[in-house]
Amino acid sequence: MAVNKRASGGAKQSRVTVNNAWQAYLHHHKSSARDSLQRMLANPVASAMTWLVLAIALALPMTLYVAMANVKQLSQRWDQTSQISVYLHKTVSAEEAQALADKIRTWPGIKAVNYIGADTALAEFSEQTGLGDVLTRLDDNPLPSVLSVVPDLHDNSSEELAALQMRLQQETGVEQAQLDMQWVKRLYEFMSFGERLVWALALLLGLAVLLIIGNTIRLAIESRRDEIQVIKLIGGTDAFVRRPFLYTGIWFGLGGGLLAWLVLSIGLWWLAGPVERLVALYGSDFQLHTLGLGDSLLLIGDGIMLGWLGAWLAVNQHISRIEP
Amino acid sequence: MTAIKFDRVSKRYTGSQEALRNISLEIDSGEMLFLTGHSGAGKSTLLKLLMAMQRPSGGQLLMDGINIGKLPNSQIPYHRRRIGVVFQNHQLLFDRSVFENVALPLRIEGYEQAELARRVRASLDKVGLLGKEKLNPIELSGGEQQRVGIARAVVNKPQLILADEPTGNLDPALSAEIMHLFEDFNRLGTTVMIASHDLELIARMGHRVVTLDHGTLVGT
Repeated sequence: MAVNKRASGGAKQSRVTVNNAWQAYLHHHKSSARDSLQRMLANPVASAMTWLVLAIALALPMTLYVAMANVKQLSQRWDQTSQISVYLHKTVSAEEAQALADKIRTWPGIKAVNYIGADTALAEFSEQTGLGDVLTRLDDNPLPSVLSVVPDLHDNSSEELAALQMRLQQETGVEQAQLDMQWVKRLYEFMSFGERLVWALALLLGLAVLLIIGNTIRLAIESRRDEIQVIKLIGGTDAFVRRPFLYTGIWFGLGGGLLAWLVLSIGLWWLAGPVERLVALYGSDFQLHTLGLGDSLLLIGDGIMLGWLGAWLAVNQHISRIEP
Repeated sequence: MTAIKFDRVSKRYTGSQEALRNISLEIDSGEMLFLTGHSGAGKSTLLKLLMAMQRPSGGQLLMDGINIGKLPNSQIPYHRRRIGVVFQNHQLLFDRSVFENVALPLRIEGYEQAELARRVRASLDKVGLLGKEKLNPIELSGGEQQRVGIARAVVNKPQLILADEPTGNLDPALSAEIMHLFEDFNRLGTTVMIASHDLELIARMGHRVVTLDHGTLVGT
């Protein structure tokens, strides 16, 4: 061993060059990541339990989110059928009806106005019902002309819709204005409530994930108290002590996220069959909204982020208390 | 050249008597000295001040001209890397091999693997445990465990070795062996300070002896 006489100057007199220091830093990251994973796998039952709890906490809000996405998709189709049917008197000519339609189009809160003439209505009706033969035997067309008014649902409250219906009713030539699908509006209200519910649940369960990971890390720190003391005594920095625990948090988060993704994917796959058959019965082209790449990355990324954050909070709180 | 200078250093723990009172002491670079005194005389406190585990309540403690008592927390780890410390209960970690125990200071400093392995083996060779690097320290005898502790203390070639009762649990023959190991490192230029109350052994070794009594320096 060489005689070891060095000049003064604390941190500067490191015997490790900058290049080596960077490599050593990466090496410690690598070894911390590997060691913490190995420690976790050495305790498979306990780790699996933690992963499962985290998976449930992460999967719940995501399940609601996917459910909301599906309801939204459905309601967007219904949105188009939400309309006010304005039945016109038989005496109203096609020109008068078109003029009325043009007039209504200038009103605020109107998305579209479609004129369906009595002849067109009859043709559509016979086509849809297959009663063409019967209808041709009728002396005259029993169907009225209709203006189909599509209100702008997002800007209108139910009161405004009702007012619009009243206004339409009072136009000359109008026999009856019938408001359809009022309940779609209610569904929208329900969905904005549902969206907030998803957020609230996500926040609460995110907090739960932080607490679960924080507590797990706290126990891990306690069980390695001696090691932490020794490392601090021989010159380990706080960052050096912290690193393996942060990786533990990341592994827990990643495991929980992956498991949550797996559970959700299996659940959606299990639902896909019945949903497809149900949809086929209604002749709809509805597609079950499954976990896309973005959603999957969000779910797993959230897991990792919460895992890291939970570990960071726990480590910062507990490691400073362990002094040699 | 003065390596360590205690300048009227005192230490009072909250709610108790003064553990150290007005200590003035200079230790030369490359010196070997013993610190003795009854239990509770302040030996451990003195070592803790050097390790920056405690800060002096009064006076100045300088190491290479740096005021240890005023060291910011972020600098304390780097200060400790310049000191190799040996404990009575050797503070080994039983969840890893002898090799990994000795390698710990080098891992903290970030040595690359080949250099690290070379240094660990050299250090284990020095304390006569080269063949036992793969064992768990729990499989070793008390004397061997203490030597692993010494190997860990010297592996990063510290400029100062501090030992707190390093022979406390060992029989006289083993104790002498351990003390001679410290002498070897001292001969290579390392400053060595050993707290011990094995007065007979200390007397035979013929180095400077500093005695504490109730927190006061009574003989240097």
